[in-house]
Amino acid sequence: MADMLLAVQGLTKRFGGVVAADAIDFDIRHGEFHAVIGPNGAGKSTFIGLLAGEIAPQQGNIRFAGGDITRLPVHRRSRLGLARSFQITSLFADFTALDNVALAVQAHRGHSFRFWRKARGDEELRAPAQAALARVGLGHRAATRVGKLSHGEHRQLEIAMALAANPRLLLLDEPMAGMGPDESARMVALLQGLKGSVTILLIEHDMEAVFALADRISVLVYGRVIASGDAATVKADPAVREAYLGEQAYLGEKSAGGQSAGRGPGHG
Amino acid sequence: MTASFDPPLEPTLDTPRQSLRLTPRIALIALVLAFLVLLPLYPALTGNTFVVTLFTRILILAIGAVSLNLIMGYGGMVSFGHAAYLGIGGYAVGILAKEGIGSGFVQWPVAIAAAALFALVVGALSLRTRGVYFIMITLAFGQMIYYVASGLDRYGGDDGLTIYHRSTFGGLIDLNDKTAFYYLCLALLIGSIYLVWRIVNSRFGQVVQGARSNERRMRAIGFPTFRYKLVAFVIAGALCGLAGALLATHTNFISPAMMYWTRSGDLIVMVVLGGLGSPFGPLIGAATFLLLQEALSRVTEYPDLILGPFLLVVALYVHGGIDGLIQGRRDG
Repeated sequence: MADMLLAVQGLTKRFGGVVAADAIDFDIRHGEFHAVIGPNGAGKSTFIGLLAGEIAPQQGNIRFAGGDITRLPVHRRSRLGLARSFQITSLFADFTALDNVALAVQAHRGHSFRFWRKARGDEELRAPAQAALARVGLGHRAATRVGKLSHGEHRQLEIAMALAANPRLLLLDEPMAGMGPDESARMVALLQGLKGSVTILLIEHDMEAVFALADRISVLVYGRVIASGDAATVKADPAVREAYLGEQAYLGEKSAGGQSAGRGPGHG
Repeated sequence: MTASFDPPLEPTLDTPRQSLRLTPRIALIALVLAFLVLLPLYPALTGNTFVVTLFTRILILAIGAVSLNLIMGYGGMVSFGHAAYLGIGGYAVGILAKEGIGSGFVQWPVAIAAAALFALVVGALSLRTRGVYFIMITLAFGQMIYYVASGLDRYGGDDGLTIYHRSTFGGLIDLNDKTAFYYLCLALLIGSIYLVWRIVNSRFGQVVQGARSNERRMRAIGFPTFRYKLVAFVIAGALCGLAGALLATHTNFISPAMMYWTRSGDLIVMVVLGGLGSPFGPLIGAATFLLLQEALSRVTEYPDLILGPFLLVVALYVHGGIDGLIQGRRDG
C-alpha cells in the first residue's frame, strides 16, 4: 500500500434511489497511467466528481499522498497536487491562453491577496505558464484569446492548465471528447509523452486510446468496479465482455462478424 | 530535415506599445479629464455656480459607480443594493456632525469603515448565492438599511437631517469652498479609478475576474473563490462609503432617499451605460446618465419616458456600453 498515490475504499454515493458509486475500491500507483472505462451511466462522472471533491460521498474514504482527503473541499485537494481537466471545455473565455495557464500557476504560488503589482508582467507566473503551454504544443498560441482557439486547442489548453502546477496526480475527464480522428491522434501522442513523468487517471470513451495508453484499466459498470488489470486481462474478463455486449470489436474480437459498432460505447 | 513552420504570434492585448498609442478611447478620456479640470473656470468668469454643483454631483456618483464596477464589471457580482453604502457613508457623517464631532479625520474614516463592515455582513451572506438570488438578497439588505434609516427619529426619520457644518480638516482644506470641494471630489474620483485599475490587474484582480468567468474552474485549479470575492465586495463597499460621505457633504443633507432601491438601480445603469469592466466607464456612464436626466427634466415633465427607452437600446444593442462604442467592436 505504501506506493499508492491514491487509495479509495468503499466509496459510495447515492442520488435518491440510484447508486452512482457502489462501494468502490480503487487505487493508483505512483507514476502509473490508469484508465477508467465504462458504458454510459456507469458512474464515471460521479467518480471523478468524488475524487475532485465536487461531490461528497455518503460512505467510504479517499486517501491521497498519504492523507485522508475525503472531506476536503475542491480547492484544498487542488493545492495538494490533484489537478483535473474537464470533459466539457471549461476555460476563462475572455483571457488569452497564457492568462489561463498563468492563473493556474498563480493558484499554487501562495495566497493571491496581492492588490498592486501587475500580474500580467509577473515572470514568476508567466514563465512556468509558458513552459506548460509549450509542453502541450501550444507555445505559439500563448497570446491568443481562448475564444479564437480551435476545439482541439481548447482540449490541449485544458491539459496545460492541469499540468501548470506540477500536480502529483492528473485527472483527465474524457480529453478526447468531441475530437476528430486527427485531433484524437495528436492528443494520444501528447498523453503518451506525459506518461511516466506524471501520474495520470484517464476517464475516456475512446477505447483504442485507452488500450494504447494505459498501464492498468478499471472497468466501471453501475457504480461498481467489475474488473481491473492490464489491457489483455480486461479484454478477456467475462464480466467486461457482458457489459460491453455488442461492442466486441473494441475488445479485440475482430472476427465477430465484421460489424461496425460506432466509435465505442456511449457515443451518440 | 523539415523546415519548422512557426505561425506568427498574434498581438497581445496589453503590449506596452499599445497603451501609448493615441486611440479614440484615450483621446476621449484625455478630453473629458481636461474638461473636468478646467470646468471651475466657467463660474469664475460668469459667476454661475450651477455647473460646478452639477458636476460635483456627477463626480461623486461616479465614485459610487467605480466601486460598483469593481464587483459588477470585473467580478460579475450584480449588487442591487449598492446605494446602501452611499447611505451608510452619508449617515456616518450626518450623525457624527449632529453629535458634535465635526472633524473629517473622524467622520470620513468612520463612514468608510461602517460601509465596509456592512459590506462584510452582506457579502458573507449573499455571496453564497448566485444570479437572481444574489441580486434579490443584496436588494433586500439595501431596503432593510433604508427602513432602519427611516426609523432613526433622532436623525430626522423619513424627513432626513440637515448637516449645518461641513467636516473640518484642521485648515487643510475648506469644504465650504465650492471649487476646493469640486477639486477634492475630482482627485478622489481619479484616485479611485487608479486604485480599481491597479486592483483588477493585480493577482487579486485576476482571481476576481477568473471567478466571474468560470468559478468552478477556479476552485478546481485551487482558489478558494469565496474569500476573494468577499474582499472585493468589502473594498467596493468601503469606496462607496466614501462617495456617500462626499454626497452628504455636497447636499448638506442626509435622508433615507439616498439609499432607496431606485438609487441602486441608477448606479447599475451608470456602470452598464459606461461599459462593464472598463476603467473610465463609470465616469462616462455617470456623466451621460446625470446630464441626460438634467437636460430632459428641463424639456419634459417625464424625463424617464425618454431616458428609459434610451437605456434599453444601449443595454440591448451596445455591448460594452459607451466605452465599447468608442473602441469599436470588442474582440470576442
